[in-house]
Amino acid sequence: MEAIVKTIFPVAVISVGIFLAFQGVLMIVAYTVLAERKVLGWIQGRIGPNRVGWWGVLQPFADLFKFIFKEDIVPDKSTKFVYYLAPIVALTCALLPIVVYPFGPAITTIDWGFLPYNLGDNIRQLPMTIAQIDVGVLFVLGITSVGVYGIALAGWSSNNKYSLMGGLRSSAQLISYELAMGASVIGVVMLAGTLDLNGIIFAQINSPFGWFIIPQFIGFVVFLIAAFAETNRVPFDLPEAETELVAGFHTEYSALKFALFFMAEYVNMFTVSVMVTVLFLGGWYIPGLSYIFEVGSIPYALFSHIGFIGKICAFLFFYIWIRGTLPRFRFDQLMNFGWKFLLPLALANVIFTILIVYFLNR
Amino acid sequence: MEPSLATYLALSGILFTIGAVGVIFKRNALGMFMCIELMLNAVNLTFVAFSRYYADVTGQLFVFMVMSVAAAEAAVGLGIIIAFFRNRLSIDTDDASILKN
Amino acid sequence: MVTTALFFIFAGLAIACAISLVYHKNPLYSAISLVGVFIALSCIYVTLAAPFIAAVQILIYAGAIMVLVVFVIMLLNLDDDKPLNRLRYLYAVGAGLGLILLAQTFFVFYAVMRSPKQAVNTDETVGKTLNIGSAMYTEYLLPVEIVGILLLMAIIGGVILARRFEPTKLELVVNNELERRNEQEIEDEYRIRL
Repeated sequence: MEAIVKTIFPVAVISVGIFLAFQGVLMIVAYTVLAERKVLGWIQGRIGPNRVGWWGVLQPFADLFKFIFKEDIVPDKSTKFVYYLAPIVALTCALLPIVVYPFGPAITTIDWGFLPYNLGDNIRQLPMTIAQIDVGVLFVLGITSVGVYGIALAGWSSNNKYSLMGGLRSSAQLISYELAMGASVIGVVMLAGTLDLNGIIFAQINSPFGWFIIPQFIGFVVFLIAAFAETNRVPFDLPEAETELVAGFHTEYSALKFALFFMAEYVNMFTVSVMVTVLFLGGWYIPGLSYIFEVGSIPYALFSHIGFIGKICAFLFFYIWIRGTLPRFRFDQLMNFGWKFLLPLALANVIFTILIVYFLNR
Repeated sequence: MEPSLATYLALSGILFTIGAVGVIFKRNALGMFMCIELMLNAVNLTFVAFSRYYADVTGQLFVFMVMSVAAAEAAVGLGIIIAFFRNRLSIDTDDASILKN
Repeated sequence: MVTTALFFIFAGLAIACAISLVYHKNPLYSAISLVGVFIALSCIYVTLAAPFIAAVQILIYAGAIMVLVVFVIMLLNLDDDKPLNRLRYLYAVGAGLGLILLAQTFFVFYAVMRSPKQAVNTDETVGKTLNIGSAMYTEYLLPVEIVGILLLMAIIGGVILARRFEPTKLELVVNNELERRNEQEIEDEYRIRL
C-alpha cells in the first residue's frame, strides 16, 4: 500500500501541474487569436469581432465549435498516413516546451508533515516549473526545430504543388534562421553560465548589468527577428503566403486538422515570447518587488506571475502590431537577409560577449 | 532496478546490424546515407551506456564528436547527392557507372 | 523498475523504426522512421542520465540533419526505390553480413552477461552540462578544435559542391561581347563607307 501511494503521489502532483499549465497556456493562446483580430481591426480602421458575447469575448469558443462541426475533407490522392501525422506532429512539438517554462519563483508552502507515509517531506519549496531540467534552452530549441516536420510533411503529403512549395520554403527558412537564433542565444548562455531557464533568470537577478537585454542588445534583436521567421509570421510568412501559394502548406487541410495547425502557430508564438522574456527580460523577475514582499511568499509569486504574463503579452502584441504594419519579404531577400546579415551579426555578438566575459572574470 | 550494460549493448548491436544490412539492400543514395546515420547512432548508444556504467564523461564527449562528424558528413554527402542528381536525374547508385567502361 | 520499463518501450520503438527505415521503398517514409529512431534513442539517453546528449541528439540529428534530408527528398521529388537489377548477389551478401553481425551481438551480450556483475555507478552528475563543458575545454581541447576545423572544411565543401556553375550566364556575357564587337565593326564599316 505504502509503495503504491508513494509511486502514485508524485505522478498525481505533476499531472495536476501539467493540467493547470496547459489549460492556462491554451486559454492565453485562444485569447491571443481574439486579440489579433481585434488589434488588426483597429489598425485597419475596423471594429473586429464583436458579436459573440460582450465585446466578442466568446469568439474563440465560437471559432472552436465552427472548426469541430465543419466537414473534414481529405484529398483523394494524398498520402494518408503522413497527411494525418503532420498536424499531430506540429501541435505536439508546439505544446511540449510548456513543461520547462519557468512560470514563477518557487513558493515556500505550509508544512505538509500531516500527510501519511512522509509524503510531504520534499515539497516545502513548490517550484513553478513542471520539469526543472538541466538543458532547458537546448530542449526548447530542439523541440521547436522538430516542429518543422509538421509543416514539411503536410506540404509533401497533400499532393498539391502549392502545398509542396509551402513545405519546401518552410524547411529552408527554418534551417536558415535556426542558426541565427542559436548563435544569438549563445551570448546569453555564456553570460549566465547555465542552460537552465530558471538559472538564467537567477543569473539576471545577480548580474551587474541587470536584464540581459542591456549587454546583449544585438542578440536580442537577432533573436526577435529569427523568432518571427521560426514561427512563420509576417513579414516571414512565406510558407503560407496567400497571394502566391493559396494557403501554402495547409491548403488541403480543413476542419479540426486545420485547427491543429492554427493552434500550433499561436502556441509557437507564445513559446517564442516566453523565450525572449526569459533570456533577455529577466523572466518573472520584477526589480524591487523583493523589497515589498518577502521572497517565497504567495503575493511575491503572484505578482511575479503577473509580471511574467505581462511581458509575454507585450511581445504577443508586438507580433500583432508587426503583422498589421509590414509587408512580406520576397524569398531570395529572406535567404540573403538570414545568411548574409543576421548570421554574421549573431556571430559578431558571440565574439563581443566572449570579450565581455573574459574581462569580467579577469 | 536498471537494465544491465549487456542489454544496451544488445540493442546497439541490433540497430547496427539493421543499419549495415540496410546499406547493402538500399539502392538509393539517400537511403544508404540514412542507414549510415543509423549505424553511427548505434555506436553512440554504446558510448553513452559505457559512460553511464563507468561514470566517465569521455564517452559522452565522443558522442559529441560523432555528431559533429555526422553533421559534416550530411553537408558534404547531400551536396554530392544533389550534384549527382543534376547530372544523371536520379540518385540510384546503380546509375553511378560513368567510369565503368 | 520504471527505467527498465521505459528502456524496453523505447528500445522496441527504436528497433521497429529501424526495420521500417530499411523496409520502406519511399525515401520520405524512411526519413520519418529514422526520426523515430532518433527520438527513441534520445529518450533512452535520458534514462541513462545524459540529458545534454539527449537534447543535442534531438537538436542536431532530428532538427538539423534530417530536416536537410527531408528537404532534399522534397526538392528532388524522388520516386520509390527500385529493386536491385544487376547486383542481385548483394541480397545474399547482405543476409550473410546481417547474420554474422547478429551472431556477434549475441556473443557480446552473452559474454558481458557472464562477466562479473559491474555495479552501476549511481553518479548522476556525469551527464550534466557543466561536466561536459569543462571536460571539453580542458582535457579534450585538441579534439574539439580538430572537429571545428572539420566542420569548416565541410561547410566549404558543401558550398562548392552545391554551387551551380551557370553556363548560361557565361554565354550571355560572351554573346554581349560578340554583339558589341559586331556593332563596333558595323559602325566602323559605316565610317569607312562614309
